[in-house]
Amino acid sequence: MAALNFHFDIDGEDFSSAGEASVEMKKKLRQLGFPSDVIRRCSIAMYEGEINMVIHANGGSADVAVYPDKIVIVLEDHGPGIPDVELAMQEGYSTSTEQIRNMGFGAGMGLPNMKRYTESLEIETQVGVGTKLTMVVAV
Amino acid sequence: MTVQELAQQLSLEPICQAEPDREVTGGYAGDLLSWVMGRAQSGDAWITIMSNNNVIAVATLTDAALVILAENVLPDPGVAQLAERKGINLYRSSEPVFSLCAKVAALL
Repeated sequence: MAALNFHFDIDGEDFSSAGEASVEMKKKLRQLGFPSDVIRRCSIAMYEGEINMVIHANGGSADVAVYPDKIVIVLEDHGPGIPDVELAMQEGYSTSTEQIRNMGFGAGMGLPNMKRYTESLEIETQVGVGTKLTMVVAV
Repeated sequence: MTVQELAQQLSLEPICQAEPDREVTGGYAGDLLSWVMGRAQSGDAWITIMSNNNVIAVATLTDAALVILAENVLPDPGVAQLAERKGINLYRSSEPVFSLCAKVAALL
């Protein structure tokens, strides 16, 4: 069955508006009538990805494909890449600056939260080239 | 208990009363936004000392019933307007996080 697709550009310059794409996606999923638990898991996963792209990669893009039985979120950036994925997956590990931490981010929960709230998280990353995350949330 | 009733009981100062009749079903306290994002529940009174725009995004995504800025924290410029646009109940209090938590817990 064909998916319903949504595309979002994530602005890397404006930290204060980070989360806009996630809020927009949440609104669309709610309009489509998905259960609140599914919407919540998608929102958390996408928000973490969005924040990561703003903090580390100067923005990027998000593509959300909605199927009756699953939601696939693909986040892509042309940032610095993740040198050690295993380390980045550990809760509490963060390379964020003091300034970012003062804003309430950089707890090292981004990737772990994405993994926790989705059925699958696939990370394709290359240092100096960028990162592509594919997450699947089952309905 | 509704947001408005809770606000009256705790003598909260309103910053944005978007939906005062909303039911409060629980509470959460925290300032690390990713942590809050993953753990706060829909209907919670979220108590925090964070005051930037991202608080509104997290409140929207977690579906918190209201946000209480504790310890006399003032919202950053533009936060009140953003709360209004997003329909988020936003209040502030001079009380510390700990005593606000104790009071919210006693009331619910």
